[in-house]
Amino acid sequence: MADPNKVDPIHQFQITDIVSFGEGGVSFTNSALFMVLSVGVIALYLLLSTQKRSLVPNRVQLISEMLYEFVAKMVSDSAGKAGMKFFPFVFSLFMFVLVANMFGMIPFFFTFTSHIIITFALALLVFVVVIVYGIYKNGLKFFKLFVPSGVPGYVLPIVVPIEVVSFLSRPISLSVRLFANILAGHITLKVFAGFIVTLGGLGFLGWLGALLPLVMTVAITALEFLVAALQAYVFAVLTSMYINDAIHPSH
Amino acid sequence: MAGSTQDINIVAQAESGDALQQGEVIAPAEEHAAEGEHAAPADAAHGATDTHASTEAHAEVFPPFDPASFGGQLLWLAITFAALYFLMSRVALPRIGSILETRRTRIEGDLKEAERLRQETEKAAAAYEAALAEARKNAHGIAEETRAGIKADIDGRRADVEAGLSKRVAAAEARIQADKDAALANVGSIAAETAQVLVAKISGSVTAAEAKAAVAAASKE
Repeated sequence: MADPNKVDPIHQFQITDIVSFGEGGVSFTNSALFMVLSVGVIALYLLLSTQKRSLVPNRVQLISEMLYEFVAKMVSDSAGKAGMKFFPFVFSLFMFVLVANMFGMIPFFFTFTSHIIITFALALLVFVVVIVYGIYKNGLKFFKLFVPSGVPGYVLPIVVPIEVVSFLSRPISLSVRLFANILAGHITLKVFAGFIVTLGGLGFLGWLGALLPLVMTVAITALEFLVAALQAYVFAVLTSMYINDAIHPSH
Repeated sequence: MAGSTQDINIVAQAESGDALQQGEVIAPAEEHAAEGEHAAPADAAHGATDTHASTEAHAEVFPPFDPASFGGQLLWLAITFAALYFLMSRVALPRIGSILETRRTRIEGDLKEAERLRQETEKAAAAYEAALAEARKNAHGIAEETRAGIKADIDGRRADVEAGLSKRVAAAEARIQADKDAALANVGSIAAETAQVLVAKISGSVTAAEAKAAVAAASKE
Protein backbone atom coordinates (compact mmCIF):
# COMPACT_ATOMS: atom_id res chain seq x y z
CA MET A 1 0.00 0.00 0.00
CA ALA A 2 2.96 2.21 0.58
CA ASP A 3 4.29 1.45 -2.89
CA PRO A 4 1.91 2.83 -5.52
CA ASN A 5 3.07 0.25 -8.07
CA LYS A 6 2.22 -2.63 -5.79
CA VAL A 7 -1.31 -3.81 -6.45
CA ASP A 8 -3.22 -5.08 -3.47
CA PRO A 9 -5.82 -7.57 -4.72
CA ILE A 10 -7.55 -7.63 -1.35
CA HIS A 11 -8.15 -3.92 -1.07
CA GLN A 12 -11.24 -4.12 -3.29
CA PHE A 13 -13.07 -6.09 -0.64
CA GLN A 14 -12.43 -3.49 2.06
CA ILE A 15 -15.54 -2.12 3.63
CA THR A 16 -15.43 1.59 4.20
CA ASP A 17 -17.91 3.85 5.92
CA ILE A 18 -19.65 6.42 3.81
CA VAL A 19 -21.88 7.86 6.50
CA SER A 20 -21.59 6.99 10.18
CA PHE A 21 -24.48 7.35 12.53
CA GLY A 22 -22.77 8.11 15.80
CA GLU A 23 -19.71 6.51 17.34
CA GLY A 24 -19.89 2.72 17.32
CA GLY A 25 -23.33 2.82 15.76
CA VAL A 26 -24.50 1.56 12.41
CA SER A 27 -22.83 3.14 9.46
CA PHE A 28 -23.78 3.31 5.82
CA THR A 29 -20.91 1.49 4.13
CA ASN A 30 -19.94 0.92 0.53
CA SER A 31 -21.43 -2.56 0.90
CA ALA A 32 -24.74 -1.09 2.02
CA LEU A 33 -24.59 1.46 -0.78
CA PHE A 34 -24.38 -1.28 -3.39
CA MET A 35 -27.15 -3.28 -1.79
CA VAL A 36 -29.35 -0.22 -1.97
CA LEU A 37 -28.19 0.46 -5.54
CA SER A 38 -28.93 -3.13 -6.58
CA VAL A 39 -32.42 -3.04 -5.16
CA GLY A 40 -32.95 0.38 -6.68
CA VAL A 41 -31.78 -0.67 -10.13
CA ILE A 42 -33.87 -3.86 -10.09
CA ALA A 43 -37.01 -2.15 -8.87
CA LEU A 44 -36.65 0.90 -11.11
CA TYR A 45 -35.96 -1.16 -14.19
CA LEU A 46 -38.78 -3.61 -13.67
CA LEU A 47 -41.27 -0.93 -12.72
CA LEU A 48 -40.36 1.66 -15.35
CA SER A 49 -40.08 -0.84 -18.18
CA THR A 50 -43.53 -2.27 -17.48
CA GLN A 51 -45.24 1.03 -16.78
CA LYS A 52 -47.02 1.17 -20.12
CA ARG A 53 -48.21 -2.44 -19.82
CA SER A 54 -47.95 -2.73 -23.58
CA LEU A 55 -49.74 -5.65 -25.15
CA VAL A 56 -46.95 -5.75 -27.70
CA PRO A 57 -43.82 -5.19 -25.61
CA ASN A 58 -40.98 -2.91 -26.57
CA ARG A 59 -37.40 -3.97 -25.91
CA VAL A 60 -37.07 -2.82 -22.30
CA GLN A 61 -40.37 -4.38 -21.33
CA LEU A 62 -39.43 -7.55 -23.16
CA ILE A 63 -36.34 -7.96 -20.98
CA SER A 64 -38.44 -7.69 -17.83
CA GLU A 65 -40.87 -10.24 -19.20
CA MET A 66 -38.06 -12.57 -20.20
CA LEU A 67 -36.53 -12.37 -16.72
CA TYR A 68 -39.95 -13.10 -15.24
CA GLU A 69 -40.62 -16.05 -17.50
CA PHE A 70 -37.08 -17.37 -17.13
CA VAL A 71 -37.33 -17.54 -13.34
CA ALA A 72 -40.97 -18.65 -13.44
CA LYS A 73 -40.04 -21.55 -15.69
CA MET A 74 -37.08 -22.40 -13.48
CA VAL A 75 -39.29 -22.52 -10.37
CA SER A 76 -42.16 -24.42 -11.96
CA ASP A 77 -39.79 -26.92 -13.57
CA SER A 78 -38.04 -27.65 -10.28
CA ALA A 79 -40.80 -27.27 -7.73
CA GLY A 80 -43.99 -27.60 -9.76
CA LYS A 81 -47.16 -25.52 -9.51
CA ALA A 82 -47.09 -25.48 -5.71
CA GLY A 83 -43.61 -23.98 -5.85
CA MET A 84 -44.89 -20.87 -7.60
CA LYS A 85 -45.79 -19.58 -4.14
CA PHE A 86 -42.06 -19.02 -3.75
CA PHE A 87 -41.60 -17.46 -7.15
CA PRO A 88 -41.22 -13.89 -5.80
CA PHE A 89 -38.67 -15.16 -3.31
CA VAL A 90 -36.58 -16.97 -5.92
CA PHE A 91 -36.96 -14.08 -8.33
CA SER A 92 -35.75 -11.60 -5.69
CA LEU A 93 -32.77 -13.81 -4.87
CA PHE A 94 -31.89 -14.27 -8.52
CA MET A 95 -32.11 -10.60 -9.39
CA PHE A 96 -30.34 -9.50 -6.22
CA VAL A 97 -27.39 -11.83 -6.80
CA LEU A 98 -27.34 -11.22 -10.55
CA VAL A 99 -27.29 -7.43 -10.28
CA ALA A 100 -24.79 -7.53 -7.41
CA ASN A 101 -22.47 -9.74 -9.45
CA MET A 102 -22.87 -7.56 -12.53
CA PHE A 103 -22.22 -4.40 -10.52
CA GLY A 104 -19.07 -6.16 -9.39
CA MET A 105 -17.85 -6.27 -12.98
CA ILE A 106 -17.76 -2.48 -13.14
CA PRO A 107 -14.37 -1.12 -12.00
CA PHE A 108 -14.27 0.52 -8.56
CA PHE A 109 -17.68 -0.92 -7.70
CA PHE A 110 -18.00 -2.93 -4.54
CA THR A 111 -19.20 -6.52 -4.86
CA PHE A 112 -21.10 -7.49 -1.76
CA THR A 113 -21.55 -11.08 -2.94
CA SER A 114 -17.81 -11.47 -2.35
CA HIS A 115 -18.50 -11.30 1.37
CA ILE A 116 -19.24 -14.67 2.91
CA ILE A 117 -21.60 -13.18 5.46
CA ILE A 118 -23.91 -11.92 2.72
CA THR A 119 -24.04 -15.16 0.76
CA PHE A 120 -24.29 -17.16 3.94
CA ALA A 121 -27.18 -15.05 5.18
CA LEU A 122 -29.00 -15.54 1.87
CA ALA A 123 -28.30 -19.28 1.90
CA LEU A 124 -29.41 -19.54 5.50
CA LEU A 125 -32.58 -17.68 4.61
CA VAL A 126 -33.28 -20.28 1.93
CA PHE A 127 -32.47 -23.06 4.38
CA VAL A 128 -34.78 -21.67 7.05
CA VAL A 129 -37.56 -21.06 4.56
CA VAL A 130 -37.26 -24.66 3.34
CA ILE A 131 -37.32 -26.13 6.85
CA VAL A 132 -40.10 -23.91 8.18
CA TYR A 133 -42.32 -24.33 5.15
CA GLY A 134 -41.54 -28.03 4.88
CA ILE A 135 -42.59 -28.71 8.46
CA TYR A 136 -45.56 -26.34 8.22
CA LYS A 137 -46.76 -28.04 5.05
CA ASN A 138 -45.93 -31.68 5.70
CA GLY A 139 -45.54 -31.88 9.48
CA LEU A 140 -43.38 -34.79 10.53
CA LYS A 141 -43.56 -36.23 7.03
CA PHE A 142 -41.02 -33.57 6.12
CA PHE A 143 -38.37 -35.79 7.71
CA LYS A 144 -39.08 -38.41 5.08
CA LEU A 145 -36.68 -36.23 3.12
CA PHE A 146 -33.90 -38.07 4.92
CA VAL A 147 -35.34 -41.51 4.22
CA PRO A 148 -35.21 -42.18 0.49
CA SER A 149 -38.02 -44.48 -0.61
CA GLY A 150 -37.11 -47.83 -2.11
CA VAL A 151 -33.99 -48.22 0.00
CA PRO A 152 -33.81 -51.52 1.90
CA GLY A 153 -34.04 -51.15 5.68
CA TYR A 154 -30.57 -52.42 6.49
CA VAL A 155 -28.96 -49.65 4.41
CA LEU A 156 -30.92 -46.91 6.15
CA PRO A 157 -28.48 -46.51 9.07
CA ILE A 158 -25.90 -45.50 6.48
CA VAL A 159 -28.10 -43.56 4.10
CA VAL A 160 -29.98 -41.45 6.63
CA PRO A 161 -26.89 -39.85 8.21
CA ILE A 162 -25.56 -39.13 4.72
CA GLU A 163 -28.83 -37.48 3.77
CA VAL A 164 -28.86 -35.45 6.99
CA VAL A 165 -25.31 -34.28 6.50
CA SER A 166 -25.92 -33.39 2.86
CA PHE A 167 -29.03 -31.47 3.91
CA LEU A 168 -27.21 -29.61 6.65
CA SER A 169 -24.32 -28.74 4.36
CA ARG A 170 -26.61 -27.09 1.86
CA PRO A 171 -26.42 -23.56 3.28
CA ILE A 172 -22.64 -23.88 3.43
CA SER A 173 -22.21 -25.17 -0.10
CA LEU A 174 -24.78 -22.73 -1.45
CA SER A 175 -23.13 -19.72 0.15
CA VAL A 176 -19.51 -20.75 -0.36
CA ARG A 177 -20.09 -21.55 -4.03
CA LEU A 178 -21.27 -18.04 -4.79
CA PHE A 179 -18.86 -16.28 -2.46
CA ALA A 180 -15.81 -18.25 -3.59
CA ASN A 181 -16.53 -17.83 -7.28
CA ILE A 182 -16.93 -14.09 -7.02
CA LEU A 183 -14.05 -13.60 -4.63
CA ALA A 184 -11.63 -15.78 -6.57
CA GLY A 185 -12.64 -14.20 -9.85
CA HIS A 186 -12.09 -10.69 -8.56
CA ILE A 187 -8.75 -11.54 -7.00
CA THR A 188 -7.58 -13.25 -10.19
CA LEU A 189 -8.60 -10.26 -12.27
CA LYS A 190 -6.82 -7.90 -9.92
CA VAL A 191 -3.66 -10.01 -9.83
CA PHE A 192 -3.43 -10.22 -13.59
CA ALA A 193 -4.18 -6.55 -13.94
CA GLY A 194 -1.45 -5.94 -11.37
CA PHE A 195 1.02 -7.87 -13.52
CA ILE A 196 0.35 -5.45 -16.36
CA VAL A 197 1.20 -2.48 -14.16
CA THR A 198 4.26 -4.13 -12.65
CA LEU A 199 5.67 -5.32 -15.98
CA GLY A 200 4.78 -2.03 -17.62
CA GLY A 201 7.12 -0.30 -15.20
CA LEU A 202 10.12 -2.24 -16.50
CA GLY A 203 10.57 -0.44 -19.82
CA PHE A 204 10.13 -1.68 -23.38
CA LEU A 205 10.59 -5.40 -22.72
CA GLY A 206 8.23 -5.03 -19.82
CA TRP A 207 5.63 -3.58 -22.12
CA LEU A 208 6.01 -6.59 -24.39
CA GLY A 209 5.76 -8.93 -21.44
CA ALA A 210 2.70 -7.09 -20.18
CA LEU A 211 0.82 -8.12 -23.30
CA LEU A 212 0.27 -11.61 -21.94
CA PRO A 213 -1.42 -10.60 -18.69
CA LEU A 214 -3.36 -8.01 -20.68
CA VAL A 215 -4.80 -10.71 -22.90
CA MET A 216 -5.45 -12.83 -19.84
CA THR A 217 -7.22 -9.97 -18.10
CA VAL A 218 -9.51 -9.43 -21.06
CA ALA A 219 -10.25 -13.15 -21.27
CA ILE A 220 -10.86 -13.46 -17.54
CA THR A 221 -13.14 -10.43 -17.62
CA ALA A 222 -15.29 -12.20 -20.18
CA LEU A 223 -15.20 -15.35 -18.08
CA GLU A 224 -16.17 -13.38 -14.99
CA PHE A 225 -19.24 -11.99 -16.74
CA LEU A 226 -20.23 -15.57 -17.45
CA VAL A 227 -19.53 -16.59 -13.86
CA ALA A 228 -21.51 -13.63 -12.54
CA ALA A 229 -24.61 -14.65 -14.47
CA LEU A 230 -24.07 -18.36 -13.97
CA GLN A 231 -23.68 -18.14 -10.21
CA ALA A 232 -26.88 -16.14 -9.89
CA TYR A 233 -28.61 -18.80 -11.98
CA VAL A 234 -27.12 -21.65 -9.96
CA PHE A 235 -28.14 -19.99 -6.72
CA ALA A 236 -31.71 -19.60 -7.95
CA VAL A 237 -31.93 -23.11 -9.41
CA LEU A 238 -30.66 -24.72 -6.22
CA THR A 239 -33.06 -22.61 -4.19
CA SER A 240 -35.95 -23.85 -6.35
CA MET A 241 -34.79 -27.44 -5.92
CA TYR A 242 -34.53 -27.07 -2.14
CA ILE A 243 -38.00 -25.56 -2.12
CA ASN A 244 -39.17 -28.57 -4.06
CA ASP A 245 -37.86 -30.70 -1.19
CA ALA A 246 -39.94 -28.68 1.23
CA ILE A 247 -43.07 -29.22 -0.86
CA HIS A 248 -42.49 -32.84 -1.86
CA PRO A 249 -40.25 -34.30 0.84
CA SER A 250 -40.59 -37.95 -0.18
CA HIS A 251 -38.36 -38.51 -3.13
CA MET B 1 2.42 1.58 9.24
CA ALA B 2 4.17 0.14 6.20
CA GLY B 3 6.80 -1.48 8.37
CA SER B 4 4.28 -3.05 10.66
CA THR B 5 2.30 -4.27 7.68
CA GLN B 6 5.33 -6.06 6.31
CA ASP B 7 6.07 -7.52 9.69
CA ILE B 8 2.58 -8.80 9.95
CA ASN B 9 2.72 -10.20 6.45
CA ILE B 10 5.91 -12.03 7.27
CA VAL B 11 4.41 -13.37 10.46
CA ALA B 12 1.27 -14.21 8.59
CA GLN B 13 3.12 -16.11 5.91
CA ALA B 14 5.18 -17.93 8.47
CA GLU B 15 2.09 -18.89 10.36
CA SER B 16 0.13 -19.68 7.26
CA GLY B 17 2.80 -22.24 6.38
CA ASP B 18 2.10 -23.91 9.69
CA ALA B 19 -1.59 -23.46 9.19
CA LEU B 20 -1.41 -25.13 5.79
CA GLN B 21 0.49 -28.07 7.22
CA GLN B 22 -2.04 -28.41 9.93
CA GLY B 23 -4.73 -27.69 7.39
CA GLU B 24 -3.92 -30.90 5.56
CA VAL B 25 -5.18 -32.82 8.53
CA ILE B 26 -8.51 -31.02 8.55
CA ALA B 27 -8.55 -30.55 4.76
CA PRO B 28 -11.86 -32.38 4.13
CA ALA B 29 -13.67 -29.81 6.25
CA GLU B 30 -12.49 -27.03 3.95
CA GLU B 31 -14.87 -26.84 1.05
CA HIS B 32 -13.67 -23.59 -0.42
CA ALA B 33 -10.46 -24.73 -1.96
CA ALA B 34 -10.47 -21.82 -4.42
CA GLU B 35 -9.86 -19.11 -1.87
CA GLY B 36 -8.17 -21.36 0.60
CA GLU B 37 -4.79 -19.83 -0.25
CA HIS B 38 -6.09 -16.41 0.56
CA ALA B 39 -8.23 -17.40 3.45
CA ALA B 40 -5.50 -19.18 5.27
CA PRO B 41 -3.08 -16.23 5.41
CA ALA B 42 -5.95 -13.94 6.26
CA ASP B 43 -7.00 -16.08 9.18
CA ALA B 44 -3.43 -16.35 10.22
CA ALA B 45 -2.98 -12.61 9.89
CA HIS B 46 -6.07 -12.14 11.96
CA GLY B 47 -4.62 -14.31 14.65
CA ALA B 48 -1.27 -12.58 14.43
CA THR B 49 -2.62 -9.07 14.72
CA ASP B 50 -4.85 -10.06 17.58
CA THR B 51 -1.81 -11.02 19.53
CA HIS B 52 0.14 -7.94 18.47
CA ALA B 53 -2.31 -5.08 18.53
CA SER B 54 -6.03 -5.53 18.73
CA THR B 55 -6.69 -1.96 17.59
CA GLU B 56 -5.14 -2.62 14.19
CA ALA B 57 -6.94 -5.91 13.73
CA HIS B 58 -9.74 -4.71 11.49
CA ALA B 59 -7.45 -3.03 9.01
CA GLU B 60 -5.43 -6.19 8.41
CA VAL B 61 -8.11 -8.87 8.52
CA PHE B 62 -9.06 -10.32 5.17
CA PRO B 63 -12.12 -8.14 4.68
CA PRO B 64 -14.66 -10.82 3.67
CA PHE B 65 -13.90 -12.63 6.94
CA ASP B 66 -13.88 -9.58 9.17
CA PRO B 67 -16.49 -10.20 11.85
CA ALA B 68 -16.63 -6.50 12.64
CA SER B 69 -18.41 -5.89 9.34
CA PHE B 70 -20.90 -8.74 9.76
CA GLY B 71 -23.45 -6.90 11.89
CA GLY B 72 -23.73 -3.88 9.66
CA GLN B 73 -23.80 -5.91 6.47
CA LEU B 74 -26.48 -8.21 7.83
CA LEU B 75 -28.58 -5.25 8.88
CA TRP B 76 -28.36 -3.61 5.46
CA LEU B 77 -28.88 -6.93 3.74
CA ALA B 78 -32.04 -7.49 5.76
CA ILE B 79 -33.34 -4.01 4.98
CA THR B 80 -32.53 -4.09 1.28
CA PHE B 81 -33.58 -7.66 0.64
CA ALA B 82 -36.83 -7.17 2.52
CA ALA B 83 -37.48 -4.05 0.44
CA LEU B 84 -36.64 -5.94 -2.74
CA TYR B 85 -38.88 -8.85 -1.80
CA PHE B 86 -41.70 -6.49 -0.96
CA LEU B 87 -41.33 -4.54 -4.21
CA MET B 88 -41.09 -7.72 -6.28
CA SER B 89 -43.92 -9.66 -4.68
CA ARG B 90 -46.31 -6.76 -4.31
CA VAL B 91 -45.66 -4.53 -7.30
CA ALA B 92 -43.32 -5.68 -10.03
CA LEU B 93 -44.11 -9.36 -10.40
CA PRO B 94 -47.91 -9.05 -10.20
CA ARG B 95 -47.68 -6.33 -12.83
CA ILE B 96 -45.55 -8.38 -15.21
CA GLY B 97 -47.69 -11.41 -14.47
CA SER B 98 -50.84 -9.51 -15.33
CA ILE B 99 -49.28 -8.20 -18.54
CA LEU B 100 -48.39 -11.73 -19.57
CA GLU B 101 -51.79 -13.04 -18.49
CA THR B 102 -53.57 -10.33 -20.44
CA ARG B 103 -51.51 -11.14 -23.49
CA ARG B 104 -52.10 -14.85 -23.08
CA THR B 105 -55.87 -14.49 -22.77
CA ARG B 106 -55.88 -12.02 -25.63
CA ILE B 107 -53.97 -14.41 -27.86
CA GLU B 108 -56.16 -17.29 -26.80
CA GLY B 109 -59.26 -15.23 -27.46
CA ASP B 110 -57.93 -14.16 -30.82
CA LEU B 111 -57.09 -17.73 -31.70
CA LYS B 112 -60.54 -18.88 -30.65
CA GLU B 113 -62.12 -16.09 -32.68
CA ALA B 114 -59.94 -17.02 -35.63
CA GLU B 115 -60.98 -20.63 -35.26
CA ARG B 116 -64.63 -19.61 -35.11
CA LEU B 117 -64.24 -17.46 -38.21
CA ARG B 118 -62.45 -20.26 -39.95
CA GLN B 119 -65.26 -22.66 -39.22
CA GLU B 120 -67.75 -20.07 -40.41
CA THR B 121 -65.78 -19.66 -43.58
CA GLU B 122 -65.69 -23.39 -44.07
CA LYS B 123 -69.42 -23.58 -43.55
CA ALA B 124 -69.96 -20.79 -46.05
CA ALA B 125 -67.62 -22.48 -48.48
CA ALA B 126 -69.50 -25.76 -48.08
CA ALA B 127 -72.83 -23.97 -48.63
CA TYR B 128 -71.41 -22.31 -51.68
CA GLU B 129 -70.16 -25.64 -52.98
CA ALA B 130 -73.57 -27.17 -52.42
CA ALA B 131 -75.31 -24.29 -54.13
CA LEU B 132 -72.87 -24.49 -56.98
CA ALA B 133 -73.46 -28.22 -57.39
CA GLU B 134 -77.21 -27.68 -57.26
CA ALA B 135 -77.00 -24.92 -59.83
CA ARG B 136 -74.82 -27.04 -62.01
CA LYS B 137 -77.31 -29.87 -61.78
CA ASN B 138 -80.17 -27.52 -62.57
CA ALA B 139 -78.30 -26.03 -65.45
CA HIS B 140 -77.59 -29.49 -66.77
CA GLY B 141 -81.26 -30.40 -66.48
CA ILE B 142 -82.36 -27.25 -68.18
CA ALA B 143 -79.84 -27.78 -70.93
CA GLU B 144 -80.98 -31.36 -71.41
CA GLU B 145 -84.59 -30.29 -71.44
CA THR B 146 -83.93 -27.51 -73.89
CA ARG B 147 -81.89 -29.76 -76.07
CA ALA B 148 -84.64 -32.40 -76.05
CA GLY B 149 -87.26 -29.75 -76.79
CA ILE B 150 -85.29 -28.34 -79.65
CA LYS B 151 -84.58 -31.79 -80.96
CA ALA B 152 -88.27 -32.71 -80.81
CA ASP B 153 -89.14 -29.45 -82.51
CA ILE B 154 -86.55 -30.01 -85.20
CA ASP B 155 -87.67 -33.59 -85.69
CA GLY B 156 -91.31 -32.54 -85.93
CA ARG B 157 -90.58 -29.88 -88.45
CA ARG B 158 -88.33 -32.08 -90.43
CA ALA B 159 -91.01 -34.74 -90.48
CA ASP B 160 -93.55 -32.14 -91.59
CA VAL B 161 -91.26 -30.82 -94.25
CA GLU B 162 -90.34 -34.31 -95.40
CA ALA B 163 -93.98 -35.35 -95.50
CA GLY B 164 -94.87 -32.23 -97.52
CA LEU B 165 -91.95 -32.75 -99.80
CA SER B 166 -92.67 -36.42 -100.45
CA LYS B 167 -96.29 -35.52 -101.11
CA ARG B 168 -95.19 -32.94 -103.62
CA VAL B 169 -92.62 -35.31 -105.06
CA ALA B 170 -95.33 -37.95 -105.43
CA ALA B 171 -97.69 -35.43 -107.04
CA ALA B 172 -94.95 -34.25 -109.35
CA GLU B 173 -94.05 -37.80 -110.24
CA ALA B 174 -97.69 -38.57 -110.90
CA ARG B 175 -97.99 -35.54 -113.15
CA ILE B 176 -94.78 -36.38 -114.92
CA GLN B 177 -96.05 -39.88 -115.40
CA ALA B 178 -99.33 -38.56 -116.77
CA ASP B 179 -97.52 -36.14 -119.10
CA LYS B 180 -95.25 -38.92 -120.20
CA ASP B 181 -98.21 -41.22 -120.84
CA ALA B 182 -99.97 -38.51 -122.74
CA ALA B 183 -96.83 -37.72 -124.70
CA LEU B 184 -96.28 -41.39 -125.45
CA ALA B 185 -99.89 -41.73 -126.50
CA ASN B 186 -99.44 -38.86 -128.93
CA VAL B 187 -96.22 -40.25 -130.43
CA GLY B 188 -98.12 -42.85 -132.65
CA SER B 189 -100.48 -40.37 -134.16
CA ILE B 190 -97.72 -37.85 -134.80
CA ALA B 191 -95.64 -40.52 -136.49
CA ALA B 192 -98.62 -41.66 -138.59
CA GLU B 193 -99.33 -38.12 -139.66
CA THR B 194 -95.69 -37.53 -140.47
CA ALA B 195 -95.51 -40.80 -142.35
CA GLN B 196 -98.71 -39.98 -144.29
CA VAL B 197 -97.30 -36.57 -145.24
CA LEU B 198 -93.96 -38.05 -146.23
CA VAL B 199 -95.57 -40.85 -148.30
CA ALA B 200 -97.93 -38.42 -149.92
CA LYS B 201 -95.05 -36.24 -150.91
CA ILE B 202 -93.07 -39.17 -152.27
CA SER B 203 -95.68 -41.46 -153.86
CA GLY B 204 -99.12 -40.04 -153.89
CA SER B 205 -101.81 -40.18 -151.40
CA VAL B 206 -102.25 -42.71 -148.76
CA THR B 207 -105.00 -42.94 -146.27
CA ALA B 208 -104.58 -42.19 -142.67
CA ALA B 209 -105.55 -45.72 -141.74
CA GLU B 210 -102.85 -47.23 -144.04
CA ALA B 211 -100.20 -44.89 -142.62
CA LYS B 212 -101.18 -45.74 -139.09
CA ALA B 213 -100.92 -49.46 -139.78
CA ALA B 214 -97.52 -49.02 -141.42
CA VAL B 215 -96.15 -47.02 -138.49
CA ALA B 216 -97.46 -49.55 -136.02
CA ALA B 217 -95.77 -52.31 -138.05
CA ALA B 218 -92.47 -50.36 -138.18
CA SER B 219 -92.43 -49.56 -134.47
CA LYS B 220 -93.00 -53.24 -133.79
CA GLU B 221 -89.77 -54.22 -135.54
